[in-house]
Amino acid sequence: MIAVLKHELKSYFHTLTAYVFGAFLLAAVGIGAMLYNIQAAVSNFEFVLSFSSLIFVVTVPILTMRVIAEERKQKTDQLLYSLPITTTQVVVGKYLALLTVYLIPLCIIAVYPLIFAQFGDVYLPASYGSILAFFIMGAALIALGMFISSLTDNQGFAAGIGIAVILLNYYSVSLSEYVSSTALGSVAALCVIILALGAVIKHLTRNENLAYGVCFVLIAAIAAVCFMDSTKFENLLPGIMTRLSLFDLFTGFVNGVFDMTSIVYYASVIVFFLFLSIQSLEKRRYN
Amino acid sequence: MIEIEHLTKRYGEHLAVSDLSFTVDSGQIYGFLGPNGAGKSTTMNIMTGCLSATEGCVRIDGHDIFEEPDKAKRLIGYLPEQPPLYLNETPEEYLRFVGEAKGLRRADLERQIGEVIRQTGIEEVARRRISALSKGYKQRVGIAQALLGSPKVIVLDEPTVGLDPIQIIEIRDLIKELGRTHTVIFSSHILSEVQTICDQIIMIAKGRLAAFDTPGNLEKHLLSPNEVVLTADARTEEVQALLDGIDHITDLTLEEGQNGSVTARIKTDLGNVYDLSRALFSAFAASGKVLLELTVKKANLEDVFLELAETGDGGLEALADESGHVESEAEER
Repeated sequence: MIAVLKHELKSYFHTLTAYVFGAFLLAAVGIGAMLYNIQAAVSNFEFVLSFSSLIFVVTVPILTMRVIAEERKQKTDQLLYSLPITTTQVVVGKYLALLTVYLIPLCIIAVYPLIFAQFGDVYLPASYGSILAFFIMGAALIALGMFISSLTDNQGFAAGIGIAVILLNYYSVSLSEYVSSTALGSVAALCVIILALGAVIKHLTRNENLAYGVCFVLIAAIAAVCFMDSTKFENLLPGIMTRLSLFDLFTGFVNGVFDMTSIVYYASVIVFFLFLSIQSLEKRRYN
Repeated sequence: MIEIEHLTKRYGEHLAVSDLSFTVDSGQIYGFLGPNGAGKSTTMNIMTGCLSATEGCVRIDGHDIFEEPDKAKRLIGYLPEQPPLYLNETPEEYLRFVGEAKGLRRADLERQIGEVIRQTGIEEVARRRISALSKGYKQRVGIAQALLGSPKVIVLDEPTVGLDPIQIIEIRDLIKELGRTHTVIFSSHILSEVQTICDQIIMIAKGRLAAFDTPGNLEKHLLSPNEVVLTADARTEEVQALLDGIDHITDLTLEEGQNGSVTARIKTDLGNVYDLSRALFSAFAASGKVLLELTVKKANLEDVFLELAETGDGGLEALADESGHVESEAEER
């Protein structure tokens, strides 16, 4: 694992990846700090982070697009499979390297509130609480990006899908206001989600029967619940969209509430996508 | 050293490897031979833990590759068909990563890196980017990677494909040298190569074990000679008339050569082909016709290979290319 971590870090700093990522992140936070803290003379650093969190839409895919896709393309994944290290060690090693690259610009950003504190009253617990939340939210997005990269051998494709998914996640709260809140709308949306899930299962396991089976069981369950009590589905879709938004949870921290459930939520997103990445790599061993 | 038992790999409907079993002893060079698509790479990938098997098991020195992958993989160095190189690194950096991943540390790591660099002869390019290296050097870097951690078994998948004749000879010499200290298994579809380097040949066709023996024995047992070629200083009708008087001829082709000679290719069902030679000689001598040439056609591995490939479909087209390849190679030498 340490070997993978060292190797990945070396490659990030050999190529432009780490620098481009760092530059984008610092630029976004810098602009935010200039607008809010300097021009508007607001003492809340949290607002800056909230403003600049949109930059993740670009930076995270830049960072994660090649992490596994490139190994596949260059066929170096064969080396990783034949070395006496487990797939888990490979994935965790790579993830830790990504986190390190992410942490470096964040360390620079962590100095800003201290600087501003020299010139006015900065409520430091809120600033650092939101910096920590900012880090964990980014970490969750990086885990998501890594999983997307593990699905393909095409970096560009991984980046494109990554941008689309994160953008959708960013706007899902705003979008949830426009989607149908009726029971029927929710049921229809759930069915579409289930079919998409079935497609993913089919792609990952190459087992059509399993995919059809899962879809059938889930749709049957929804239909059954719907017949018994259709009111359960009212407002369900907007609710789900709000809940799934990683960015929405972050606003809680910006408003000065350090919510442990959100931290646990981010942590479980990380574990979930790392697990999926491991399975995605492991699956290559089977077909 | 390596035991493979009832190995089967299925890709959906397609059966890539079917009930393959063999045992490899230590300290020899094994050639893994078969036409394209015979299941060579699949078998090697399973042996080295890169691929799962549908059924069966592989044990390296008693360690099952699926049950105890860590222990088993430490005993194997593997070079896949396409060398798995990080192109924007130097061989030194690359080898350092592989060495660390194989659990080597500090002094031991440095010593082994130096050793494999020397062994594979890549000293002069050790600090250049891998992307700038020639194919032969890339292959050597790939072999160097396999040698790290001093594994007992080295598995090389088609190590000479795509190299120029000089590089091919260099890699073969390297394999021979490695054979002195390691068990080496390497796959190839070039027969002359396997014939010259290997102590044992494992031949597979259509995912099944077709033969497992020394190159000499394979030639001896699989194809006993049954063809005689003669060239006589006579007219075609005369030769035809003489041959009509000889028994046990199953197949005959006559061909008129230059300056009035005739070449006959004669196949027999006699157990000892030399009996046919005797009968032919006596017949020609008795009639006073001059024999310019009389040879028993010896089978070589290529014939064995062709015969095996014919029984399995799909290999023939590839073979046609390969036999052309082999001839041109022989000429170059």
